[in-house]
Amino acid sequence: MSHHNTIKGKVFVVGDNIDTDQIIPAQYLNLVPTIPEEYKKLGSYALCGLPDSHKIRYVKSGEFNTEYPIIVGGKNFGCGSSREHAPVSLGAAGTKAIIANSFARIFFRNSIATGEVYPVEIAKEDLSKELSTGDEVEISLERNELKIIKTGKVYKLKDIGDVREVVEAGGIFQYARKKGMIK
Amino acid sequence: MTITEKILAKASGRDFCRAGDNIWVSADVLMTHDVCGPGTIGVFKREFGENAKVWDREKVVIIPDHYIFTSDEMCHRNVDTLRKFVKEQGIKYFYDPGTPSYSGVCHVTLPEKGHCRPGEVLFGTDSHTCTHGALGEFATGIGNTDAGFVMGTGKLLIKVPATMKFVIDGELPKGVTAKDIILRIIGDVGVDGATYCAMEFAGSTIESLSVEERMTICNMAIEAGGKNGIIAPDEKTVTYVKSKTKKPFECFASDKDAKYLSVRKYDASKFVPVVAMPFSPDNVKNAADMKDFRIDRVYIGSCTGGKIEDFKMAASVLAGKKVKVQTFIVPATVEVEKALSTEKIGGRTLVQIFEEAGCDKPAPPSCAACLGGPVDTFGRSNNDEICVSTTNRNFPGRMGSKGSKTILASAMTAAASAVKGHIADPRDV
Repeated sequence: MSHHNTIKGKVFVVGDNIDTDQIIPAQYLNLVPTIPEEYKKLGSYALCGLPDSHKIRYVKSGEFNTEYPIIVGGKNFGCGSSREHAPVSLGAAGTKAIIANSFARIFFRNSIATGEVYPVEIAKEDLSKELSTGDEVEISLERNELKIIKTGKVYKLKDIGDVREVVEAGGIFQYARKKGMIK
Repeated sequence: MTITEKILAKASGRDFCRAGDNIWVSADVLMTHDVCGPGTIGVFKREFGENAKVWDREKVVIIPDHYIFTSDEMCHRNVDTLRKFVKEQGIKYFYDPGTPSYSGVCHVTLPEKGHCRPGEVLFGTDSHTCTHGALGEFATGIGNTDAGFVMGTGKLLIKVPATMKFVIDGELPKGVTAKDIILRIIGDVGVDGATYCAMEFAGSTIESLSVEERMTICNMAIEAGGKNGIIAPDEKTVTYVKSKTKKPFECFASDKDAKYLSVRKYDASKFVPVVAMPFSPDNVKNAADMKDFRIDRVYIGSCTGGKIEDFKMAASVLAGKKVKVQTFIVPATVEVEKALSTEKIGGRTLVQIFEEAGCDKPAPPSCAACLGGPVDTFGRSNNDEICVSTTNRNFPGRMGSKGSKTILASAMTAAASAVKGHIADPRDV
């Protein structure tokens, strides 16, 4: 993850209050994110807890990676438990960025601390109502902009704020090393 | 300063801090469990080296509680990972399953065993770590990576939260409990209404509550998005803490001119028993208005609703009655489990009352079905069950299968609903 990146790809659209049980159901918390093969497996279950009204699966059955590098949500994305398995499962599946109206605190923090996914807030518009799963967008993290490819419409994203330094360093450990807090 | 600001200022070695400041604070306790412990240890070793030592072997508290009574081999492996780490590091406080030291749910174990002390900073790899603000400390949930960092350094970079104050005055009507207070507040502010904020609870009603009931309130601060819940310590807090630990502690209170993001006032006499309907903790309705809602089962347990006082309240409703639906009793800890056989109402022990009412035999203490878990978890919803539960979350699939529904309620409302076979106000039973 680097804030200089441009991220381009298909979006997967979800609604408000996507909690961590929907991102990674508790029955898969027996997997340990720091064990490589279990990290990979977590990816295969990313967002599998969404209600069955979601006809399209985020990660196809039998696969480990998603074809949607960008998730578009409403408000309070990632609410619920503090399980780091949530941003990790998304990162493992190939999620690059999540665009939402707001994020739950611990999910946001875990995303930044791990560097697994880039959580970006959009100011006013509710993109989850403007976009459909499969639509293509391009995100410039440098200019804080999102462009919808088919319409060319550009939306302003909020600056990541106070944590930019941590994001630029690449996570909490790298940040602390840069600051001389740890070796 | 607010009580939260004062505690964080002290923990960062300064006299003053204010909401919005980013500061490094020292941890007094780091708690982890079987679900996030192995990942935390993985991060710790990756970053500090295979032979690294935790910053303080007496400040890391390890409490396996989530997936204990299951045949899932991966879950057993995870507890073994904790055992190995405890041995290697000489961790002092480890509540090992299958041994006399086993306790059960971390958030009830921490205060029971004297790990919660006013004025301190407690980090835990569990979102309900906010429970411990009930004892006048700063306590918040963190992920594995942050926890791995704390494990090695004893420190964490924290943004000082702005405080939303909730002042509740007056006498609670009969049948209304702490759970009804916090569900009402979550219903008012919404599941993201306190995002990034400290939720400070004050007023004569809060002062009148027991320490356990205060824990129920702070436990659910996260369900409004809060970073921490907090209640200023008083005589009750001090008496409780001194009965659990000999360690010294410092009590803080908010200044009269402390700056709050908002202040909400409530008249407790107007509170009624409430439920949070599927699929969100802020979908709050009066229990009395939901009588048409049939249910399949009732679950009494968890860090939110599996403490001894919760079971006493449930038993007060169930005494001399019969349940119409399957009713699960899951004490949070071994200490709570023991108390079920010693605490009495009208000469009958709680266990006898539950048995005579037709409840299932109490399960061994753990988180059990609060968060679903492995398919063989006790009380898990595996189909399309509708469950009234004293737990804390009811998002889709929370207690197991996607087709199931969870309705959050107090122990009294859960017990009343068990007797009626539909959602019920405990005052109507």
